[in-house]
Amino acid sequence: MRLESKTPSGPIEQRWDRAKFDMKLVNPANKRKYTVIVVGTGLAGGSAAATLAELGYNVLNFTFHDSPRRAHSIAAQGGINAAKNYQNDGDSIYRLFYDTVKGGDFRARESNVYRLAQISVDIIDQCVAQGVPFAREYGGVLANRSFGGAQVSRTFYARGQTGQQLLLGAYSALERQVAAGRVKMFPRTEMLDLIVINGRARGIVTRNVVTGKIETFLADAVVLGTGGYGNVFYLSTNAKLSNCTAIWRAYKRGATLANPCFTQIHPTCIPVSGEYQSKLTLMSESLRNDGRIWVPLDKSDKRSPDQIPESHRDYFLERRYPSFGNLVPRDVASRAAKAVCDEGRGVGETGLGVYLDFADAIKRLGAPVIRERYGNLFEMYERITGEDPYKVPMRIFPAIHYTMGGLWVDYELMSNIPGLFVIGEANFSDHGANRLGASALMQGLADGYFVIPYTMGNYLANSNLEKVDSSHQSCREAIEHVTTTNNRLLSIKGKRTVDSFHRELGKLLWDHCGMARNPDGLNKALQRIPELRDEFWRNVNVLGENEEVNQALEKAGRVADFLEFGELMCLDALERNESCGGHFREDWRTPEGEAMRDDVNFTHVAAWEHQGPGKKPLRHAEPLNFEYVHPTQRSYK
Amino acid sequence: MKIILNIWRQKNPSSPGKLVRYVLPSVSEHMSFLEMLDVLNEDLMQKGDDPVTFEHDCREGICGSCGIMIDGVAHGPLPGTTVCQLHMRHFKDGDELVLEPWRAKAFPVLKDLMVDRSAFDRIIQAGGYISVNTGSAPDANAIPVPKPDAERAMDAAACIGCGACVAACPNASASLFTAAKVSHLGLLPQGQPERPQRVISMVNSMNAELFGSCTNIGECEAVCPKRIPIETIALMHRDYLKACWSFRPESTASQGAG
Ligand SMILES: Cc1cc2nc3c(=O)[nH]c(=O)nc-3n(C[C@H](O)[C@H](O)[C@H](O)COP(=O)(O)OP(=O)(O)OC[C@H]3O[C@@H](n4cnc5c(N)ncnc54)[C@H](O)[C@@H]3O)c2cc1C
Ligand code: FES
Repeated sequence: MRLESKTPSGPIEQRWDRAKFDMKLVNPANKRKYTVIVVGTGLAGGSAAATLAELGYNVLNFTFHDSPRRAHSIAAQGGINAAKNYQNDGDSIYRLFYDTVKGGDFRARESNVYRLAQISVDIIDQCVAQGVPFAREYGGVLANRSFGGAQVSRTFYARGQTGQQLLLGAYSALERQVAAGRVKMFPRTEMLDLIVINGRARGIVTRNVVTGKIETFLADAVVLGTGGYGNVFYLSTNAKLSNCTAIWRAYKRGATLANPCFTQIHPTCIPVSGEYQSKLTLMSESLRNDGRIWVPLDKSDKRSPDQIPESHRDYFLERRYPSFGNLVPRDVASRAAKAVCDEGRGVGETGLGVYLDFADAIKRLGAPVIRERYGNLFEMYERITGEDPYKVPMRIFPAIHYTMGGLWVDYELMSNIPGLFVIGEANFSDHGANRLGASALMQGLADGYFVIPYTMGNYLANSNLEKVDSSHQSCREAIEHVTTTNNRLLSIKGKRTVDSFHRELGKLLWDHCGMARNPDGLNKALQRIPELRDEFWRNVNVLGENEEVNQALEKAGRVADFLEFGELMCLDALERNESCGGHFREDWRTPEGEAMRDDVNFTHVAAWEHQGPGKKPLRHAEPLNFEYVHPTQRSYK
Repeated sequence: MKIILNIWRQKNPSSPGKLVRYVLPSVSEHMSFLEMLDVLNEDLMQKGDDPVTFEHDCREGICGSCGIMIDGVAHGPLPGTTVCQLHMRHFKDGDELVLEPWRAKAFPVLKDLMVDRSAFDRIIQAGGYISVNTGSAPDANAIPVPKPDAERAMDAAACIGCGACVAACPNASASLFTAAKVSHLGLLPQGQPERPQRVISMVNSMNAELFGSCTNIGECEAVCPKRIPIETIALMHRDYLKACWSFRPESTASQGAG
């Protein structure tokens, strides 16, 4: 298989414009003759469905949630980047491009990243016009802040609820199209398979989660905006229902999956408190603008934090990275926290935590300013831990947060299966091996509002699609496959709950494919995962039936997929013999302990192709070229 | 600590439901309320009993999926808090609680504690948006918005659509939900062109969905996890009256020729 990235050539500033000009257009009167399936109503899916409908296409939009407004995007707190340079502080499209390529540790396509930076400015315009209530200055203009890893203030925000406000913007645009009859919305409907006919994606198989009805929907193209796979680790900051089923089942139908080992750990989450823990809560990274991170200098120092004098504290980020201090990128901050905890200097009952201290900021700015900036986050922290961060430092620990890997797509966001487009966190995207803070919202909306509407037209105008109906062999086979899988899950009637398998898988992956990885551990995981999967299919306990609301059955299907996905993730981590971004291999580090890339052998995207059950997937490489930003070791010293 | 739960169990929309009593012998004070239900469900499944169906997703108080009546109070006893953010340290050893789904004609029960809230989406479809197609927006700083207006709009826009306001209201009115959107958009300059027709069609849609009317009781504001102020309802009523006066549906003659 050849992975054709279709990246345009020529000066980078002109590539997207040229690509758009070269694309074929669908005549306005013909658009309504095309039907597009969009799975997902998050920032990516919601914005794509609304925009495609505005252009005149018939859109069928699916979500397993009860309403499109519930998508996981709603939970994003900190903000969205855009190269507006409203602050006159030296930002530009080129700088955002440069920062993103460098931040991604030189594992993303330059052309894609440049386009993303270009489009970023249009996103803010669009969102403001929709009524997104971004933070403002007294003069009435938009406010900005600087966000993890950036030395300019280019992040737009709506208190600590940026994702919510952006999603509600996309949701309102979407509901407007529902009212206009151009989007048909299918809430509480989960995609369980992809239908490929004559090599093209033509539809999906779904299950209605209320009635259990399994059916097919057909269209001229399928767009997946189904989010990331962070929940493969069981504990993550993702919403509980986020899962990899849509992309995994597409993978099993032939779509290649790129860089699954590129997962991001977020440094500022509330530490785990017990076995029953169901998810981890993120404390927005914006807190690092004013909070200082430290642990006791001495591991035997068990005094309460206010009793520990300055001279006995180790502000380890400020010490190790003097020029970026507490604002180093996420992967760097997370590993540094892990390192001090590994030394036994972690704080809190479990020793898995570091302090994030606002005492200095409160002294400098006063509590009211801190309350205005972070009030809702402080409240959330107190609600969960019972501790008041205005008085005692927060305790934080890294947690799985975001997944850079995903289905492979070309410059037009189409997978290797013609007609299957993948957008938002679900694709392997523009963030390389590490995503910068506030760039996921930007990418999801760029894909949905501004890229897919063009590239979809180009695909449809260039394809001569035959009529298909649900009596087609591929549809019947896919329905059959979904039905038997569900029936099988219900008939095992074993002894262990779905969650117990999920938790075990998560622990295994966190230990061996989490913040730090090595061949030994990865091999261990690769041996254990198939055993666990085997046990799952013999001993899982899923009660009830298909024809009713059955949350355990929904979960079982998703965990079955995680049990396969996790294996591919470990395999990818094992074969990528280097450290880059979120993928940190203990056997690949510099003498100072920093991540060490191997640019000679690994300046490429690894895209995995399914070979059938029980067979090792095939690893393809898409080489990456850097014409503008030349690979250097990332340094935040 | 020991907690006793009386939970509404109902197999599907058409079958009758009833309260079933469960004793949880060892609940940790650090658990969230939903984590306690997770533990109960794990236990029920081990015993071969049907787990309790309840909705949830983010568990951070932002997606609006969760929502349960705890002893008759939407989202439970802690003000400004969704049930997913409610921790067991706020309860005492030996507490006995009654858990029920939202009760409203417009929110039919689907199973156990899960209800159908799609009426909210239809209210938004009626006009909870600004009509601007992708690509047609002016520069974001072209329209300055006074900071106080932006802040008030944000206060209203914080609504998570959980439905607690409806569940708490003796009339099962959706006024707070609707008013939150009407106010969010009505307070911003971008929302002015459609302000009159928006409020009229959203209010009409709310009435058509079998929600009751507002009689200013204030239960909605008291339980709202996002503390949406009840003054938004006053704003909506004022806008509605004004719009009824002034709003003229588009006349066909004005469309011009050629
Ligand atoms: C706590 C938290 C805070 C964050 N903060 C920020 C931030 O400040 N800035 C930033 O840039 N990024 C942030 N991120 C990352 C960002 O929120 C996500 O990457 C982004 O929102 C993903 O959007 P999406 O549209 O790709 O997917 P999602 O929002 O996850 O949407 C997925 C959609 O697909 C649907 N779906 C999935 N599978 C199926 C299926 N099989 N069938 C039917 N429907 C399906 C779901 O119902 C949902 O509608 C944060 C993430 C977390 C976890
Ligand atoms: S689960 Fe999202 S608000 Fe409670």
